Amino acid sequence: MEKLIQQIKQGKVWPFPGGIHPPGQKALSNTQAISRLPLPDKLIVPLKQHIGANGQLIVEKGQSVLKGQALTKPVANWSVPVHAPTSGVIADICQMPSAHPSALPELSIIITPDGQDTWCELNPIADPSNLTHQELIDIIHNSGIAGMGGAGFPTYIKADSRKPIEFFIVNAVECEPYITADDVLMREHADQIVKGIELMQQLLSPTLTIIGIEDNKPEAIASMKHAAQHNAKIIVQTVPTVYPSGGEKQLIQLLTDKEVPSGGIPADIGVLVQNVGTLFAIEQAVTQGKPLIERVITVTGNTIHNAGNVWALLGTEIKHLLDCQGFSPVPQQRVLMGGPMMGFTLPTVRIGVVKTTNCILAPDHNELAEPGPEQACIRCSACADACPASLLPQQLQWFAKSKEYDKLKEYNLFDCIECGACAYVCPSEIPLVQYYRVAKVEIKEQQAEQVKAERAKERFELRKERLEREQEARQNRHKRKPAAKSADEKQKVADALARVKKSDDKADSKSAVAAAIARAKAKKQTGELEPDNSEVAQERAARKEQARAYKAQKEAEKNSTTQETGDKKSAVAAAIARAKAKKAAQANNSDTADAPVDDKKAAVAAAIARAKAKKAAQADNSETADAPVDDKKAAVAAAIARAKAKKAAKQTDTAQSDELTTDDESSQVQEPSPQTADDKKKAAVAAAIARAKAKKSAKETETAQSDEVTTDDESSQAQEPAPQTADDKKKAAVAAAIARAKAKKAAKETETPQSVEVITDDESSQVQEPSSQTADDKKKAAVAAAIARAKAKKRQQEGSDKS
Amino acid sequence: MKLTMASSPHNHSHKSLNKLMLTVILACIPGLIAQLVFFGTGVLIQLILALLTVSVAEAAIMRIRKRPALTALSDGSAWLTAVLLALSIPPLAPWWIIVIGCLFAIIIVKQLYGGLGFNLFNPAMAAYVLLLISFPVQMTAWLPTADLLAKPISFTQQLSVIFNGYTTAGFSVDQLRVGIDGMTMATPLDTVKTDVAHGLTITESMQSPLFNQWLGKGWGWVNLGFLLGGLYLIKTNVINWHIPVSFIATLAICSGIGYLVAPGTEPGVVFHLFSGATMLGAFFIATDPVSAATTNRGRLVYGALIGLLIYLIRTFGGFPDAVAFSVLLLNMAVPLIDYYTQPRTYGHGMKK
Amino acid sequence: MTLFYALLALGSLALIFGLILGFAAVRFRVQGSPIVEQIDTILPQTQCGQCGYPGCRPYAEAIANGDEINKCPPGGEATVKKLADLMGVEAKPLAGGEQADPVKTVAYIREDECIGCTKCIQACPVDAIVGATRQMHTVLIDECTGCDLCVEPCPVDCIDMLPVETTKQTWKWQLDAIPVTQID
Repeated sequence: MEKLIQQIKQGKVWPFPGGIHPPGQKALSNTQAISRLPLPDKLIVPLKQHIGANGQLIVEKGQSVLKGQALTKPVANWSVPVHAPTSGVIADICQMPSAHPSALPELSIIITPDGQDTWCELNPIADPSNLTHQELIDIIHNSGIAGMGGAGFPTYIKADSRKPIEFFIVNAVECEPYITADDVLMREHADQIVKGIELMQQLLSPTLTIIGIEDNKPEAIASMKHAAQHNAKIIVQTVPTVYPSGGEKQLIQLLTDKEVPSGGIPADIGVLVQNVGTLFAIEQAVTQGKPLIERVITVTGNTIHNAGNVWALLGTEIKHLLDCQGFSPVPQQRVLMGGPMMGFTLPTVRIGVVKTTNCILAPDHNELAEPGPEQACIRCSACADACPASLLPQQLQWFAKSKEYDKLKEYNLFDCIECGACAYVCPSEIPLVQYYRVAKVEIKEQQAEQVKAERAKERFELRKERLEREQEARQNRHKRKPAAKSADEKQKVADALARVKKSDDKADSKSAVAAAIARAKAKKQTGELEPDNSEVAQERAARKEQARAYKAQKEAEKNSTTQETGDKKSAVAAAIARAKAKKAAQANNSDTADAPVDDKKAAVAAAIARAKAKKAAQADNSETADAPVDDKKAAVAAAIARAKAKKAAKQTDTAQSDELTTDDESSQVQEPSPQTADDKKKAAVAAAIARAKAKKSAKETETAQSDEVTTDDESSQAQEPAPQTADDKKKAAVAAAIARAKAKKAAKETETPQSVEVITDDESSQVQEPSSQTADDKKKAAVAAAIARAKAKKRQQEGSDKS
Repeated sequence: MKLTMASSPHNHSHKSLNKLMLTVILACIPGLIAQLVFFGTGVLIQLILALLTVSVAEAAIMRIRKRPALTALSDGSAWLTAVLLALSIPPLAPWWIIVIGCLFAIIIVKQLYGGLGFNLFNPAMAAYVLLLISFPVQMTAWLPTADLLAKPISFTQQLSVIFNGYTTAGFSVDQLRVGIDGMTMATPLDTVKTDVAHGLTITESMQSPLFNQWLGKGWGWVNLGFLLGGLYLIKTNVINWHIPVSFIATLAICSGIGYLVAPGTEPGVVFHLFSGATMLGAFFIATDPVSAATTNRGRLVYGALIGLLIYLIRTFGGFPDAVAFSVLLLNMAVPLIDYYTQPRTYGHGMKK
Repeated sequence: MTLFYALLALGSLALIFGLILGFAAVRFRVQGSPIVEQIDTILPQTQCGQCGYPGCRPYAEAIANGDEINKCPPGGEATVKKLADLMGVEAKPLAGGEQADPVKTVAYIREDECIGCTKCIQACPVDAIVGATRQMHTVLIDECTGCDLCVEPCPVDCIDMLPVETTKQTWKWQLDAIPVTQID
């Protein structure tokens, strides 16, 4: 270490490999003092003039701003503000072509100067040595200073280095041909630059500060040496003129014999590099309080009459620079921002200069010849000899052409600094740098795509998992419940019920029918449950199903209105279905209601209904001594069950919407339709009785009910027992009373809302069917059922009103 | 006036392919003059034949490949191949020798591999080897230097030999090669090899009128001519010093060691360096950029291995000279050499 | 007898070499990732289903089982080429005459037209659309694979597939494509 510092102090430099000696052409512009341009009539200030994030806009269109006033404020990491270069009015804030090789549009503030050039309030600091570290950093940050050598790295980040800095290197090499901005700045403002160096020393306290200047700038060397002679920690080192010794990495190697590790930053090896222009800006910001609003720009080239350096406000259009210095373009004119080696051509001269613009070069075709046609590579390796990073440009070129990205990475493409030395020497005039740049973007894009694909895959798989999980959860819920367990079980239930209800031989055939129905239902359920391969398809199917249900319902509605009284029952059924469907539709918008849910509830309801039926039967036994009492009871039980189901359906928020089920029901209701004409009278009587009862109960409960559906339902139900005989009326009344009582009790007992759609209906149909065997029994049962249903409805409405 | 967009860098060294090739051709002139002086004007006829053949072949192939023929020709690489081949074959070889050689070099070795920059082998040397093993008699029929000829021949007679096989006086090449003493003359390398094989010492062999003390008459001058041209190429940065230096150094070291071990049967350093195609090979053949190693360390290895192979083949092999064989063999090894001699990129695997 | 010796010699040789080969097969086994995995990494993971399979992985499995390699329009020619290399088959043009170099797109919901039906959310294979019932939906641009599965289900057609915008970072130095102006 000591030895190294000793060697440095003795003036030793460590030449880097490669490098070229393009004609300097610096004498064009470094012979005169920096001039000041007349105020332009328009300034275009892009929000982003550095590496990092935009600042946040704090001005608006039409607002007047003063010179030096901040236009944005830093927000995210690495964001640096921009300032108004002169006083004036913000004419517009819009997308303008950017000072970038792509000229892609970028949000810019357009200022119309008012000609006053009035400064905002400045805050100069006479003695910066009293400032704390953070205060100094904040000043640098808020002054909008970013690396002025070309990269535009936010200076406050560098100045706030967390790593110990051993060597602070001042880049005054300016190796690009033509450019003399730093050269003349050093000649004229060496004291301020040294002041800036001392501010950086205050921030970083490096062991040694080395100013590297190429030996083709003797005046600058002399003035810098003179300005820095009071500070023993500053060394002015003369380096041989080789392009690209001004490259950060190359300069570090040249001055300290150290190399920045690939992918690392100079601070990793205790080195920090700043451009002289940046240091001047720091000094201005601290001791003058002036934010970065202007910079020295070399305007040069053979087409410029008065080539030289100018102080240009940031945002000054290139055209203004060219016009002020006198510009007579040639055909196929190129206007470059930057030097001939690393600068880029501009597609328009209506672009504002930015913090990193150090040169505007407008060459003719003699000094910088237009590139000739690309010829075959002869592997002469002149490029490798010129490469300052010891890469193999020729190999890279082959791989870039064949898009072998892995090979490119293996041959360290990303260590290429795009200095252009290889393309400069190439006898085949291959635009090597262009190949590398494109390859770099493509590799980065590919990597980003790979990351994205990886994430998409992950997300896709997670989603799949989630859907599977949901599906499984649904299935599990469904499995747990007995009713859904299997058709067998259902069959058993049906069989048992049939057995209980029926002593007749015919019972077998009926139960067989019931069993068939039950089987069909079970099948339907299991069919729905079958896990679908595509979740999407299932969803789509569900939606379709819904639509179909809706359509069918509408149809039913239509039918019900046009049908004759003979079809009354079916109309009623349709109405019920409609009501149910509507209710269901209202209850749930999200179509989460699936078969399993209903099944579960249905199962529960069925179980309860079964229990009730049994109990009712018992109660009946004790109270009435009628022979066909069993049938009656069964009917009652069925009625109760159905009533409960309806109530539950209304109460529950959960969706049901089973059009099929409803259809089933209606068909079941229709079953006992075979009526004889002469029975009509009786039916009417029964209906009247039922209605009366309903009315009475309605009065009793004081609640308004009497909705169309209920009444229709009731009447139809009342009609069912058409073949009634007068003496049976009595019995029916008794049964009805009993049923009423039961229903009430049951309703009280069951507090939990239940929706009994499938099973209950099923059951009831089963129960009802046998009842038609003996005419008189059927009658009774039907009446009882109707009454019970009416009661239940009333109750149900009460319940819903309460709720 | 419209602005023009271009990719950086916007400046160029103004080195161009055809300038490079023409410089190499130019650098052949000293050697060519020496050949003219000592071996007659036949080489000029061969040169013209070669240039014509390669131009036609290159243009035809480019036409078939649907590419501009003129641009391909103007890069000069085909002409350089022609020059090198013309300088390598015996001046009085029949006309079809050089034509076949040139066609083979351009069509097979260069263009079928993809044209300039894609050929694995040095076209001139591949053609030379093809000719050597296909037509050994014609390809070894070097005349002794003009002053040793029993029947000195004029330009027209040489022309006649090349196109008819006989001089106007009816002499064949073999007859012309018979020296004053009635012995058939061979090249110095061949003579030494044969003599040593017959049990003679080097000193005895060198008594032959072919030799001038310890160098082959004429051959020394030809090599000197190429050395001069080669130094010019290094000076003008057309070629790197690595290949010629390691080539010559290795050959010198090997022959030096050989001389020390067996002074009686070994002709020594100077003889090896200034005989046959040593200097032509070192500066003009082995340095052909397309088929040579591309890294600096690789070039050192490449040159050294060529030098070693030349010495081994000259001393122990069946052929008197070995530049073509050695170069072709090493051409094959180039990808391997390049792969293992990559330079350390900046910022990678640094010294601690 | 000679025949016997010959058979013996050949037999023992075969045995020895067989043993060597067997040993080498065990000892130097290459643990390559299964072919399906390798194919899956090549596929672009847009999960768009344009290949006829519900996602990239099922297609990868199908390729491994001998399906055509040219059914991936989002991957373009590049993917077909890579698959051809991996599977050792001839690269062929994309099925259905798709573009060789597909333009990358992302979905964009015209938010004032969105009715919040959640249909696109259900369609999105990578959950890149956020929103709730009757609320406006929006696309997470970074997660969107551009599969355009959400476009069809939208009842109000408020989803557009927009090409991914070029930024300074993704600009590929197409200098010729920059519109140049006159010097004025």
